[in-house]
Amino acid sequence: MNIDFVRTLRTGGTAEPPTRVRFEILPEPVLLPLLVILMACGLGVLYSALHGRTEALSAQGIKLAAGFVIMLVVAHVHPREFLRFGPVLWLGGVALLVLVHIFGEVAKGGQRWLEVGPFPRFQPSELLKLAVPLTVAWYLHDRSSPLSLGDICVALAIMGIPAGLIIVQPDLGTGLLVLAAGGSVLFLSGLPWIYPAVAIGGVAAAAPILWSFLREYQQQRILTLFDPESDPLGAGWNIIQSTTAIGSGGLMGKGVLQGTQSGLDFLPEAQTDFILAVIGEEFGFVGAMGFLVLYILIIARCLYVSMIVRRTFDRLVAGSIGITFFVYVFVNVGMVCGLLPVVGVPLPLVSYGGTSALTLLFTFGVLTSIYKHRNN
Amino acid sequence: MAQASFSDKSEEQRRYSLRIYFIGGVMLLLFGVLMARLVHLQILEHERFQTRSEQNRIQVQPVAPRRGLIYDRNGVLLADNRPIHNLAVVKELAGDMPRMIERLDGFLDLGEAEISEFDKRLKRRRRPYEAVVIRSHLTEDERAVLAVHRHELPGVEILSDSVRHYPFIELLAHPLGSVRRINEADLERLDPVMYAGTEFMGKLGVEKFYESSLHGRVGYQQVEVDVHGRIRKELDVDHPVAGIDLTLHLDLDLQVVADAALGARRGSIVALDPRTGGVLAMVSKPSYDPNKFITGISGEEYNALLMARNRPMFNRAINGRYAPGSTFKMAVGLAALTSGATTWEETIYDRGFFRLPGQRRIYRDWSWQRGNSGGQGSVDLNRAIYRSSNTYFYTMASRMKIDRFAGFVSQFGFGRPVGLDIADESTGLLPDSAWKRKVRNEIWYPGDSVNLGIGQGSMLVTPLQLASYVNVIANRGRIVAPRMLRDSSRALEEDLATPKSLSIVGLSPEDWEKMVDAMENVVHRGNLGYRQSGTAFPYIGQDISYRMAGKSGTAQVVEIKQGTTYDEKELDEYNRKHAWFVAFAPADDPLISVAVLVENGGGGSGVAAPVAREVIDAWVLPRMLAAARRASIAQGTGE
Repeated sequence: MNIDFVRTLRTGGTAEPPTRVRFEILPEPVLLPLLVILMACGLGVLYSALHGRTEALSAQGIKLAAGFVIMLVVAHVHPREFLRFGPVLWLGGVALLVLVHIFGEVAKGGQRWLEVGPFPRFQPSELLKLAVPLTVAWYLHDRSSPLSLGDICVALAIMGIPAGLIIVQPDLGTGLLVLAAGGSVLFLSGLPWIYPAVAIGGVAAAAPILWSFLREYQQQRILTLFDPESDPLGAGWNIIQSTTAIGSGGLMGKGVLQGTQSGLDFLPEAQTDFILAVIGEEFGFVGAMGFLVLYILIIARCLYVSMIVRRTFDRLVAGSIGITFFVYVFVNVGMVCGLLPVVGVPLPLVSYGGTSALTLLFTFGVLTSIYKHRNN
Repeated sequence: MAQASFSDKSEEQRRYSLRIYFIGGVMLLLFGVLMARLVHLQILEHERFQTRSEQNRIQVQPVAPRRGLIYDRNGVLLADNRPIHNLAVVKELAGDMPRMIERLDGFLDLGEAEISEFDKRLKRRRRPYEAVVIRSHLTEDERAVLAVHRHELPGVEILSDSVRHYPFIELLAHPLGSVRRINEADLERLDPVMYAGTEFMGKLGVEKFYESSLHGRVGYQQVEVDVHGRIRKELDVDHPVAGIDLTLHLDLDLQVVADAALGARRGSIVALDPRTGGVLAMVSKPSYDPNKFITGISGEEYNALLMARNRPMFNRAINGRYAPGSTFKMAVGLAALTSGATTWEETIYDRGFFRLPGQRRIYRDWSWQRGNSGGQGSVDLNRAIYRSSNTYFYTMASRMKIDRFAGFVSQFGFGRPVGLDIADESTGLLPDSAWKRKVRNEIWYPGDSVNLGIGQGSMLVTPLQLASYVNVIANRGRIVAPRMLRDSSRALEEDLATPKSLSIVGLSPEDWEKMVDAMENVVHRGNLGYRQSGTAFPYIGQDISYRMAGKSGTAQVVEIKQGTTYDEKELDEYNRKHAWFVAFAPADDPLISVAVLVENGGGGSGVAAPVAREVIDAWVLPRMLAAARRASIAQGTGE
């Protein structure tokens, strides 16, 4: 199998000879085209959300293209390398999170960013979105089913420590995504049904106590969800304006650049977290459904890939990627539609911003690698 | 082993797939929820949100109408509108507010009061991104400084507006009145639609009376705004209708003359056109700058104006209430004629005082001297007028029944408002037996009538009422109500009762002519010996080139005790007598009627009459000259 290749790539000295990787432009025939379509449509919407500011648009295009290239590169790394480096990434990530707590720069009311030398500003919490599922999967992939209580506790610690550090930053959205990523691995690796049932019951029972731990602005966000009109110019503003944008779009939408809610700045965060409202307003029900269908297909493909691969680690990681992606979409769309409280989760691969897109494309690189190396 | 491992694998895979199917099912369910929500928002509730988004985007903004202009009879603009520029700050864009104020303070030198006012306004409920005014009426220099530093001042805006301006400042503050800022109490009465976008309304004078006409009709513009309230596009306009322009009877030149004639003294002048009742001049002094109430006045300054002893904000012409004194004697004489109490021929003997039958108290003539000497000798009505004999009118008043007397006199406008279009006019006071019973809970004593006979006692009149009264005499009994408005650019909004053409009843034309003759004697009768000249003759009658009918009056402020005299100079300034003079000219065909009041001025003839003469000269002489020219031209062409 290593006889006829045209171009070869040695992956950073990590691959052991004689493993040589043949570079493919399309190492995965379904997911990658879907991602390209999603990103292309996303850029189209972004054009409108940015009021036709093309510099910002091309900057985002370049970031996505760079992410895509990184994804292709990652796709050629053998999954065993992820198995090996997952825990390292985790340790490094947690260390950085601690550093953020000590030295981090405060931006938008949260301590999230870390500036390191010449590198662009960087959020260590993004690293954990990837490191946590890899590490949980690393820990659980060779445990026999059913899982022992000790194993479960270790897995919970692997995800709980960084998630806790992120939530106190405070960045509830990212913390929840990290928990979802780790929790999905735990669930898929054969967690007895009793645990999720007890966990859900426990959370429900502990809700009043958790409530008291939330910051005031977080409590406010949840309260306004039930009655946005109680504070229409304050906490309720975002929900009112985004549901108004979506609702006013109707079946076919108002047309490209015709959205008044976003065009006249009534909609806050129109390019970032609330971009779905722009989709709903300008492309209507049809456009919003189109995006949802794309997301469903991507998630379905991830879950399908997780079912056809042989190695347990691969399976767990692939399944977790699909589930985490779903949580991303569901939390964002739910929030913009006024079904969930406002937490800072972008619409994956569509919202303006490089960091989360880069992380996401990196994880899709991992998934592609798992698919590509399913037989060896 | 391999077999077991394989089956282990497939068993594990099978269990894994089960979990994936479960998760997939949950996901589909949740996606279903999201899609149902989209259906709810975009299909079922679409119209509601559509409306809501339109309401967000489209704002209907009121466009305040231009306030009607006010002109004098010759077309001189007396009240116009001026653009002003206000400095406002948008809090949401300004960033750190204390620092912003500090920076603005560096450019504009904001006062502490200004800053605390601004803080108060900032705390009021407002739309997000609504600009809050910090300084109104920026000067051109201030605007230039701000323009240069524009980039350092995010969220700082200069808003333009149009406000009332009174170019003649103090000269016309009282007759024109002024607009003031609309307050909470006004808002309860005003039509909120018509006054949307309007900050000022007429609260005094002509500005108040003709408020509905001057205001105009509000317009609307439908605009597309962004979240900051900035207008992006104009969608539809319903233009406002400017207020109605008014032309007053007022003559600016005459107003200037009258104002100057009164000089620095406190007092009032009202000049009427006898034919139309038009107010040619209305002076009340001291006065104030009405523009200050528009450009902003400090609380301190406002209090000083309110509390000043000379009361500059008080319109004496319509609200000052004074005893008419001897100017009232024509009314008493005419009442005595109609009631049959006297005739033009009857004479009485004036010994300088009057006593009611069976009473000890004496009512003094102005010529009374210690030891009850003095007096005017034999007086008939004519002489009683030009010598201003108190004794004669004491006698006449004591002969008349009070209620009939008051009823007759009230026809001249005493005790009720006389103006057609003058806001907040005082009614004065014409006492009668019903009034005395009600207010003092006493019966009417004969002594009350005696005091009323010379315009003293409880009776109070305003300068406008007195001008209106002398105007009736000028018109030989025809009553013409005084009015400010001469003409308007469109039909007025106000319902102005058309003046009824009324006349005083019970007097013959000869009575009026004889009364006018007596008043002419007041001014012109002179050089005939001791106690023979008209009271005003020494002051104004010696060099006059036309016939003027007049009457002086002196209104007491403090009561003089029986049997004492007092030295005018020793009295406090504000306790001295008020000087009155009423007049019209030319006597045969009057062009102007005037009432002059000099507060605490002393004698009417010596103080008030020269003022009236100046005003009447300024009006009558140019017109006589013009008439003479016309006559000579007509004669020239006729030959």
